[in-house]
Amino acid sequence: MADMWITMGPQHPFSHGLWTLKIRADGEIVKEAEPVVGYLHRGWEKECENRTYPLIIPMADRLCYSASMTWAHVYCKVVEEALEVELSDRAKYLRVIADEICRIQSHLMWLAAMGTDLGNLTIFLWALREREFFLDLNVKLCGQRLTTNYPRIGGVRNDMPYLFERDCMRVVDRFEKVMWEIVAMMDGSSIFLSRMRGVGVINRKDAANYGLTGPVMRGSGVDFDIRRDDPYCNYDQLDWEVAVSKDGDAYARYAVRIEEMFQSCEIIRQAMVKLKGLPRTDPVRFKVPRKVPAGTHFARLEDPRGESLMYLISDGTDKPYRLKVRSPIFVNVSASKHFVEGVRIADIPAIMGTLDMCLGETDR
Amino acid sequence: MGYSSILDWVKFNDPMLNEFYAYKVYNLPYDIGYKLWELIGGALAWLINLIFPGNGFSVTLISSDLLSNFFAIVFMVVVIFAVAFLINLTMIWEERKVLGRMMDRRATRIGPLGYLQNLADGLKTFLKENITPDKADKKGYMWALTLVIGTSVLLACMIPLSHRWFIVDYNTGLLLIFGLFAIAPFMILVAGWAQNNKYSLLGGMRAAAQMISYEVPILLVFASVALMAGSFNINDIVNMQAETMWFIIPQILGFLVFIVAAIAEAERIPFDLPEAEAELVEGWQTEYSGMKWGLIMLGDYFRGYVACALIVILFLGGWYLPFFDVGMQQDWLPEIVFLLKVFLVFFVFIWVRAAHCRVRTDQILNIGWKVLLPLSVINLVIAAVITYGGWL
Amino acid sequence: MVDTKDFIEAPSVEHIAGDVTRVFSPNITVRKVAPRRVHFNCDREAIHGVCKYLRDALNFEQASSVCGVDWVDHLQVVYHLSNYSNGVMVEITVDVPNDDPHIDSVALIWEGADWHERETYELFGIIFDGHPKLERLLTPQNYEFFPFRKSYKLRGQQ
Repeated sequence: MADMWITMGPQHPFSHGLWTLKIRADGEIVKEAEPVVGYLHRGWEKECENRTYPLIIPMADRLCYSASMTWAHVYCKVVEEALEVELSDRAKYLRVIADEICRIQSHLMWLAAMGTDLGNLTIFLWALREREFFLDLNVKLCGQRLTTNYPRIGGVRNDMPYLFERDCMRVVDRFEKVMWEIVAMMDGSSIFLSRMRGVGVINRKDAANYGLTGPVMRGSGVDFDIRRDDPYCNYDQLDWEVAVSKDGDAYARYAVRIEEMFQSCEIIRQAMVKLKGLPRTDPVRFKVPRKVPAGTHFARLEDPRGESLMYLISDGTDKPYRLKVRSPIFVNVSASKHFVEGVRIADIPAIMGTLDMCLGETDR
Repeated sequence: MGYSSILDWVKFNDPMLNEFYAYKVYNLPYDIGYKLWELIGGALAWLINLIFPGNGFSVTLISSDLLSNFFAIVFMVVVIFAVAFLINLTMIWEERKVLGRMMDRRATRIGPLGYLQNLADGLKTFLKENITPDKADKKGYMWALTLVIGTSVLLACMIPLSHRWFIVDYNTGLLLIFGLFAIAPFMILVAGWAQNNKYSLLGGMRAAAQMISYEVPILLVFASVALMAGSFNINDIVNMQAETMWFIIPQILGFLVFIVAAIAEAERIPFDLPEAEAELVEGWQTEYSGMKWGLIMLGDYFRGYVACALIVILFLGGWYLPFFDVGMQQDWLPEIVFLLKVFLVFFVFIWVRAAHCRVRTDQILNIGWKVLLPLSVINLVIAAVITYGGWL
Repeated sequence: MVDTKDFIEAPSVEHIAGDVTRVFSPNITVRKVAPRRVHFNCDREAIHGVCKYLRDALNFEQASSVCGVDWVDHLQVVYHLSNYSNGVMVEITVDVPNDDPHIDSVALIWEGADWHERETYELFGIIFDGHPKLERLLTPQNYEFFPFRKSYKLRGQQ
């Protein structure tokens, strides 16, 4: 069969958002690929230049609906660095808990999408069922399921509500029990393993060269986690492990994300204990000035999808002069043309599924 | 010979005494139709005879063997199709219910136990606009689809529910069913090409590849079962199993091969590559919209039903239960026994669908050629040894 | 030429600042050193060499971001480089004049910088020399203006 160009997207079941993967296929084999993004470009960074600092927090939520907590967090973090504000311990642990809840629900969303990519709807529905409990925690903590608007410059919006600790522990305990069921269903299926093992292998050198971050990078054997190696928010005072796999294939990325969810449960549990030891009268939020002194600052943290970095230039007014967002998926998508070269068309959803697409933060 | 009483007209004759009766054995739907015509036609003839006494019309036409036979055959055909259709709806309902339970979600909700959901969905697809792509090859587009659906429906109607509920009683019934079963993938290839869509084309090619690798093991399993039963006649195969034992016991290998190959032939989820919605949008069905798509879905389930029914017929003793007197079972609703078995096998299909992902193109060919084909050959050898060794 | 013999797995902040200024002395200056952060100012002629040195000798395997800034009187390109060993990040600020917005591309050093440079090109009009495919990425191909420059006013602004 002669080569043909297939335009997969912007509306395509595998893409999980609006983007296009143009592939040149020789029968079933992909010879060449070219990702096309920009369908959701809304000038986020330019819009921020016309908003005061607190007004950007809800906008940061909307960069990616399933990682809203971490995006708002990284924004608050960069402004706090500009203001040289040090948070109270209570606010730090609350942010840790909120971030880890966000990470678990984001990974569960990924798992659900991964299930449909491989043609298994049971994984989809089971993962979404578990995710619902964490969204309920979000509701209890922040009053909102997805776009939480919880971190504030100088702290968090509110202390945790009455009985939140009990609910949180219940959800985490239940999750650790039920998640093994889901994992057993996938790892016990030889079809699942044959679809994931040895597919889309990225070696360590390429992963670094393409600038991959997060679980994708750790699946390629890079032992690096910003939470541990560039610590923020008292992550260094908690005892947990970074999930790393050396294989670099789709299964390694899958295994890293599953392990990360369990580690997140561990972090939540420890942070809750630490939080209980702090006096209840600690402020969760400091008053900060409206105007940020002139200067350039950047901050990064570990998003569910990788390294999210914001670069802020303030000019002394109450609006940022420039705010740059570095999205992990933006870089992963740019490298996707290398991942799918030479694989079969049927492998594209499996490989792209393990990258955990989110186009809101890619196009910004 | 007096024709005064209505009972002189409605005599409930034995249909097998009809000179036009097509089969050698008793056929239940034919009999029902025949008796129904005795009632309707007999009453009609009696009425006409009451008004015009002694006319030849009543005797030579209305209650004649020819017209009774004609009505009975039309009735039989309609009933057999309607029952196959109802079985199909029930299987879709079963799939949705069981899948819903396995996935921990709500399943169908309209009607008693959600049974009417399928009708509602059918109505909804029926109201959709009928779109034909501009650049499609119109003849191939429609004919391929018609043949896919048509052969599926025909197949489902040709499956006998029992020794008395059948539409063909050929000595080569199994081969006929197999031949019809194998037409659809060709037509899927044509349909994929005719839609002028790259996804459809890839889906069609996949269907062809899948067909080639799964038709051979199926044929070998058919051959080993026929060898053991000594006939291609479905009735004979089932009777043979009732006399000796279910063929699943000597031919467990063949059973396993057949259940995998049947899932592949019915294009259900571990092997639904031609319509892999994750990468090929909807595969070969991409450009079929509205009721065309609805009929394709229906046809898919007809084929699923045929696959399950073949498993029951070939390996699970057809419409007989073990440890019960065969003569007694012949009167005791063997159709229900058969359908229960079919639904049970279909439950396994659903179970597999809920638990597994879709396999890849190269993997499906590997399974077909490197696993199923050798196993089915071994199975054929075992069947031959058992049969000619006289151990059955 | 860049000497890549003394490859350092996890360089400390002081080490980076000292090494880079020693090798590229007139062209690069250290603006600020903070825990796990080094900020450089660099001339645009030297940026390619600096980046190559940072990757090959100091083990900065990843270009986190390349970002443009419009200071009205001149443009600026800011590089954020990170390594996978000890969490140190390097920020390099390069000034680019308005009338000649050219700078050497680092997309061949880190492939991850490819799309960042394309984005900076389309939003600020900074041309990266030696980039393999400098086309518009997020905005439509037929745009002739650079929307993130301060001269491009949004609706509602003066």
